[in-house]
Amino acid sequence: MISLADYQGKMPAWCPGCGNYSILRAFKEALIELYIAPHEFTIVSGIGQAGKFPHYLRCNTFNGLHGRTLPVATGIRLANNKMLVIAVAGDGDCYGEGGNHLIHAIRRNIGVKLFVHNNQIYGLTKGQVSPTSMEGMFTKNQPFGVLSGQLNPVTLAVALDCSFVARGFAGDINHLKGIMKEAINHKGFALLDILQPCVTFNKVNTYDWYRQRVYPIEGEYNPEDRLSAFKKSLEWGDRIPIGVIYINRRQTFEERIPFLKDRPLIDHELFTDNWSESIKKALDEFF
Amino acid sequence: MDYTIKIGGEAGQGIQTIGDSLAKVFSRFGYYVFTHQEYESRIRGGHNFYQIRFSDSPVTASKSVIDILVCLDNESIKAHKKELTLYGAAIYDSKLTKESIDDNRFLNIPLLEMAERFGKNKIMANTVAIGAVLGMLNFPQEVFLNILQENLGKKGGEVVKLNKDSFVAGYEFAKKECLQCAFTITPSGKPKMLMGVNESIGIGAITSGCKFYSAYPMTPSTGIMLFLASKAEEFEIIVEQAEDEIAAINMAIGASFAGMRSMTGTSGGGFALMVEGLSLAAMTETPIVIALAQRPGPATGLPTKTEQADLLFAIHAGHGEFPRVIFAPGSPDQAFYLTNKAFDISQKYQIPAFILTDQYLSDSQWTIDEIDLTKYKHTQYRIRGEKLESIKDYKRHLFTENGISFFGIQGTSKRLIITDSDEHDEEGHITEDPDIRVKMVNKRLHKKWPLIKREMGLPYFYGDSDADIVIVGWGSTYGVIKDSIDILSRNKKIAMMHFSELYPLPDSEDYMNILKKAKKTIGVENNARGQFARLIKTETGFEFDSIINRYDGRPFYSDLLARSINDIIG
Repeated sequence: MISLADYQGKMPAWCPGCGNYSILRAFKEALIELYIAPHEFTIVSGIGQAGKFPHYLRCNTFNGLHGRTLPVATGIRLANNKMLVIAVAGDGDCYGEGGNHLIHAIRRNIGVKLFVHNNQIYGLTKGQVSPTSMEGMFTKNQPFGVLSGQLNPVTLAVALDCSFVARGFAGDINHLKGIMKEAINHKGFALLDILQPCVTFNKVNTYDWYRQRVYPIEGEYNPEDRLSAFKKSLEWGDRIPIGVIYINRRQTFEERIPFLKDRPLIDHELFTDNWSESIKKALDEFF
Repeated sequence: MDYTIKIGGEAGQGIQTIGDSLAKVFSRFGYYVFTHQEYESRIRGGHNFYQIRFSDSPVTASKSVIDILVCLDNESIKAHKKELTLYGAAIYDSKLTKESIDDNRFLNIPLLEMAERFGKNKIMANTVAIGAVLGMLNFPQEVFLNILQENLGKKGGEVVKLNKDSFVAGYEFAKKECLQCAFTITPSGKPKMLMGVNESIGIGAITSGCKFYSAYPMTPSTGIMLFLASKAEEFEIIVEQAEDEIAAINMAIGASFAGMRSMTGTSGGGFALMVEGLSLAAMTETPIVIALAQRPGPATGLPTKTEQADLLFAIHAGHGEFPRVIFAPGSPDQAFYLTNKAFDISQKYQIPAFILTDQYLSDSQWTIDEIDLTKYKHTQYRIRGEKLESIKDYKRHLFTENGISFFGIQGTSKRLIITDSDEHDEEGHITEDPDIRVKMVNKRLHKKWPLIKREMGLPYFYGDSDADIVIVGWGSTYGVIKDSIDILSRNKKIAMMHFSELYPLPDSEDYMNILKKAKKTIGVENNARGQFARLIKTETGFEFDSIINRYDGRPFYSDLLARSINDIIG
């Protein structure tokens, strides 16, 4: 049996009341319910408060550079496509610094699950504007209010035909755990944008602000219909939908590589018995 | 016998096809061959050339004089007529050059007309030209016809026949009409391999167990990616074109962390983008091999030309202090061997390793008799499965005597592999503790560095063992300096010292003593400020008496270099 104690990591250095605690809790519970042991998955994180996430757990960890979680996660997943690879990033990390990688990870449909702790502000560097900050919001480095439009990552992902797009809310652990499990079970690339209140630096998008607006998607909604997904993704303001917004079960990147079908790359022998013979054959082509 | 053929024309005219075919004909016949190319950053038009030197004794560089010139455009006549020797011969098609040349060395040959007549297509002009060159040389026809059959046999008899007819037409025409042609073809040896440096880096990587190559296309490094992609299925290698160089290096680091031998390749501008990733590889002690094919900068510079100006960049790139090794091969066989060494050292010490080349070298082709596969190192340093499981208190960054910690492969046991771009503790978790910080820097840098230095091979010494004059070069100047030494050693006590294992400098006094003893030392570098000379001065205090620099984006030619050396030593 796997229990919460198996995932006990370092003591978090997040602010009291930070939305990250709930995300960590939901994640651990999702793992337990899916019977995933610490050595069976890898977290790749970047820089920001979300980047510290794997240290507060027990798991294979690559805490890399700011913005570069997805390329590292892609490399790991290609080397070992039997490994569950989860990329954890913040909104600045993934939608700002690493925006280009997001677009191409979605295109590749690589089997990486991306969890974005989206607090609509820069926490680690103490309160600067983020790509998801709302227009007009005042921050220390935006004396005229946020001048640029707000990025809607969910709409972006649907527009790019991302194979799994969902939104969660740190204030609803049970609901979040459920979509985390769905994302983990999804075969291709999954984007889970998690609304996460920053109690220290974001005085606009507070727990109360979100609670008044978020609602779980229920009823007859069909996430496999791209047009309704697109429409749903555009809802932002008085009402903000949370749940699975879009699914397109298209072929994954790994599935298109013939020699990964039977076994992951790491289980391929590095030097086969007839290695010299194969190399000699390749060299003969130069004669 | 030592002849040089130059084919000049616009991009898109098939210069490469003609050059590659001729080079293959000569290497297959058993001659030594050296080719190099100069081209412009455009798909069509402009002026490009392909130069082939072949001989019955070894050749390692180009000369500035040519024996046979093939002009596919008027510019080729203007640019290269002066390089043609008195006894040389040139062919051109007045339909292409739009004028006739009044020079008995120049033969007007209707390439296009013959192509349409015998090959039923203008594109066959290339085959007619190949035939013409071999006809001028009175070279046996079978060598080319056999290659033709091998390459095009699959496409059917008609394609082979059209090519053959075009070839023979060009051959017979030139043989009959070229009154100037008095070339002597000597008997040859066994067929030789003809290999480019990008290909030899590729095959060196495959031999070393490289399973993952991610890169973004950039001249002159792209050939490595193309070669590996062509072998991806056979050798089960993942070759991925990343969205940018930042992604390329980070993907390679991810794959390496997960257990695969990984590599990336680029040129200066792309490497500038990779620099943060280089620092990441160092901090996380993740092995990576980086092929850095130099071209002239700054910025976009001369994108298709050559320069050796990124040596100091490669040495100093990356924030923070960490070890790295830099190899700069000077020939395909050195590239082959050093690529293996780069993989081995990067795996053994868990550090980044560079293979530094440049456009001249990347696009050159050489003949090689044989590659000795027994010299190869195939040590698997990563641990997995039961062996990993048996380490009870596994820590990824464990402090050890030599600074090297066991690097497990995640998912093969219950042990967790943890690392961080932040300073970390032995387990791999983020820390700001000053004592751990110092111990980690010592582990990564101070403990490994002396061991790495001992791995570096000595420079290659060629020429008079008691030389008064020592010419020092690195990387791509190997062949051209060697060739100049051959020219100059007839009446001078002269030798070459060539460094292909550059950084850290080999841990030995022997080569420094040779330099100190010499009456004159001359550095030769394809850059503006003598970067290797600066490295030697920084590391050893030794200063060369003179430096010969070339930084017009063009390579050295052996006869011209010999002249420059002669001017200095008098």
